[in-house]
Amino acid sequence: MIYLDHNATTPMHPEVLTAMLPYMRGPCGNPASVHHAGRAARQGMDQARRQVASLIGVHDSLVCFTSGATEANNLAISGVGGMQKQPGHAITSRTEHPSVLEAFGVLQQQGHRVTFLDCDPQGLIAPESLQRHLTPDTFLVSIMHANNETGLIQPLAPLAALCREQGVLFHTDIVQSIGRLPWDKEAIAADLITLSSHKLGGPMGVGALVMDRSLALTPMIIGGGQERGRRAGTPNVAGIVGFGAAADWLNKHRQETVASMTRLRAFLETGLSEKIPGLVIFSHNAPRIANTTLLGIDGLHGETLVMNLDLAGIAVSSGSACASGKGEGSHVLAAMGVPKSLALSAIRLSIGWNTQVQQLERFIHQFAHIVARLQGGATVR
Amino acid sequence: MAYNDKVLEHYEKPRNVGSLDKNDTHVGTGMVGAPACGDVMKLQIRVNDDGVIDDAKFKTFGCGSAIASSSLVTEWIKGKTIDQALAIKNKDIAEELALPPVKIHCSVLAEDAIRSAVEDYRKKQKGGSHAP
Amino acid sequence: MKLPIYMDYQATTPVDPRVLEVMIPWFTEKFGNPASRSHPFGWEAEQAVERARTQIAQLIKADPREIIFTSGATESNNIAILGIARFHKARGNHIITTVIEHKAVLDACRHLESEGFSVTYLPVAANGLLDTQLLADSITDQTILVSVMAANNEIGVVQPLAEIGAICRKRGVHFHTDAAQGAGKIEMDVEAMNLDLVSISGHKIYGPKGIGALYVRRRPRVRLQAIMFGGGHERGMRSGTLPTPLIVGLGEACALCRQEMPAETQRILNLRKRMEQGIMKQLTHVTINGDTEHRLAGNLNISFAYVEGESLMMAIKDIAVSSGSACTSASLEPSYVLRALGVNEELAHTSIRFGLGRFTTEDEIDYAIKVVVRAVNNLREMSPLWEMVQEGIDLNSVRWAEH
Repeated sequence: MIYLDHNATTPMHPEVLTAMLPYMRGPCGNPASVHHAGRAARQGMDQARRQVASLIGVHDSLVCFTSGATEANNLAISGVGGMQKQPGHAITSRTEHPSVLEAFGVLQQQGHRVTFLDCDPQGLIAPESLQRHLTPDTFLVSIMHANNETGLIQPLAPLAALCREQGVLFHTDIVQSIGRLPWDKEAIAADLITLSSHKLGGPMGVGALVMDRSLALTPMIIGGGQERGRRAGTPNVAGIVGFGAAADWLNKHRQETVASMTRLRAFLETGLSEKIPGLVIFSHNAPRIANTTLLGIDGLHGETLVMNLDLAGIAVSSGSACASGKGEGSHVLAAMGVPKSLALSAIRLSIGWNTQVQQLERFIHQFAHIVARLQGGATVR
Repeated sequence: MAYNDKVLEHYEKPRNVGSLDKNDTHVGTGMVGAPACGDVMKLQIRVNDDGVIDDAKFKTFGCGSAIASSSLVTEWIKGKTIDQALAIKNKDIAEELALPPVKIHCSVLAEDAIRSAVEDYRKKQKGGSHAP
Repeated sequence: MKLPIYMDYQATTPVDPRVLEVMIPWFTEKFGNPASRSHPFGWEAEQAVERARTQIAQLIKADPREIIFTSGATESNNIAILGIARFHKARGNHIITTVIEHKAVLDACRHLESEGFSVTYLPVAANGLLDTQLLADSITDQTILVSVMAANNEIGVVQPLAEIGAICRKRGVHFHTDAAQGAGKIEMDVEAMNLDLVSISGHKIYGPKGIGALYVRRRPRVRLQAIMFGGGHERGMRSGTLPTPLIVGLGEACALCRQEMPAETQRILNLRKRMEQGIMKQLTHVTINGDTEHRLAGNLNISFAYVEGESLMMAIKDIAVSSGSACTSASLEPSYVLRALGVNEELAHTSIRFGLGRFTTEDEIDYAIKVVVRAVNNLREMSPLWEMVQEGIDLNSVRWAEH
């Protein structure tokens, strides 16, 4: 089986499991306990916190561990919403992850006004558009760094700078970008940053919200006072240690991994474009993270393509994992103005740290055959 | 919480645990703290005719830091004059034992214990009543 | 016997090696996202998640479709309490709980007070048990939720869930129980006990940390408002990627508890009795906190008068125990649970919780008895209070210089 769905989840690095095992074998205490077992758990967490913090170049006290990115996004948005004494205004984009979009929906229910920014056909948001919508009572802007479906890299620096100028909190979900693009904290003035472990080679069930310590965010999960009162509950110690180890791995290997992904994807896209006439690669004319290709072939159906690929032993996604199987078109492509018939043909290929060029060769070959067959026996060039 | 080595050392080998005769006029007894607060410290000093503390004993109900603070204080005040003993401040104790913020009250209690013991001794010297 | 000895099973339990074994493949070759509907990596993960759901449901005699996954019991408690209150606020604004609940329940209730709800915090008797008549009398036509824990984390006291459930059902009030300590340790039956919502924790039953479950009754259907959104996983009640390895671990942990509960409970109970008797035989002025009959087999909470708990913990540092609950032991306040039982502050400061569990051995118990008795005797020699008591002074008559 060839796995090309690394944006849904990516396998763990072997070093990560090795780091985690001591925290699952034998007594690993509750980090709230004062005895040796609790202390050992706490030390493991402290190290992981430093490792995750160093991934984005911040002090470790800024890292608040959560159960994943969905929780981190919810905490950022509902937490900042909870700080508001009166109804105000918040801004996000139409191409965000559902956890961001739905959290903004909750803000609306609570009486806040929300603006969903439009994007251009590539998925880019114009800074002028953000500037136009910022009002004196805007309290939060949330824009993701790299889109999970198209891989588009949103140039965040000018957007964040606008927010900083106006004293508006800026949140960004960098779940998909961090593994493929170093975080430039000098250039991007973000106040809240969402991270996920399992998208960067760590275990599932862990994420983090990075935020300034002075931010008195309203917590979402309460009772116990863990994570400086920002997130209650006994922490997932082994998972957090794994997250740290994955962050460490990434810090050491990102350059070579990204270089390899870049080569592999160029090989993939060139091969596909040569063999399949009419193939569209979305956000092709904009900067994208090195591992993602969202493609479409007008007239075909994404679900059918995915099914055929599965029979050929290849795992891809017809959209994001969260939306897959629901039969609705991608909200991201809709926002980009992609016609529905083309959008419904979309499949997402995402390369990972362990993808081999031979796997891509096989994929190109098989996919071209499938497309040709579905298109009514047209010859394969 | 992780204890500092000095706290552990005093806790494991406390100096001068015990009691002096509280009815002796040369002995001053100080008792500070309350059981409901989780710490009670009893500090006793014996003062010789030169006004020098020649013996000190303690008993403490309390956490490791409270026990270490009292043990340290008995060591420090032995051989000192009363005025020198009174010059010991909680800050000195906290620094010596590297107490974390939540344990600073233990050093405060130890300083209070010295005062209380001295007060009791002076009261007796003036021909006052017995220790409480 | 290996030192140090772990006796803090109510704070957290080690992962059972059998649980870890079934988890490992899901960390490595079977790494798919259960939400991926387009390939076998996702399908096999989804199947594993559903199998675990069944295992969890079986432990409390529920239907698998009534189980939703969370990050732990704290989140489960939050979803249950905040979720029920917010969804049903048009029907009523009154919630009933007890003063000895876990902070996750108490803080959620306090938060609801700030949203305009009214909360009754019922007291418990000196043995830690809730008076069910008092509960029945406290229900009003505004009451929408009763939340009473199955077993207490500090004193192990097991509440009469079936009686409480019957009252709640009769009065048409939702009944939630925080079973973080109870599930897998005592028999639970959502039908017989009329439970509407049950919080379960992985790391208290030899499963992994970072995973929990919430039982939400389907018939009659219990509806609640989610606190986390995005993706619509778990019947819309809890969004976020389902962490397959942790879920598989929780499922296996539940299956093992179900199989081994009768024998394990008896074995642990014998160990506790041995420890209890060993200590009581050799020390005076020792009291057990909480009812000794309606109690988790593995919980022994003892006050050693005139010996401060934290110093005792230091003296027995080869044995990992807790003085008060793990969540509050970093603060200097005496346990609110013990205070609720009417234990005076002085005695509350002298309490130690010994938590026994699946991997506790008789040798460890015997060693612990020896070490504890020696430490208590030593510390009493060092205690001015003990000295006064020996001299016949009534400590209550002393005017303490409180600072």
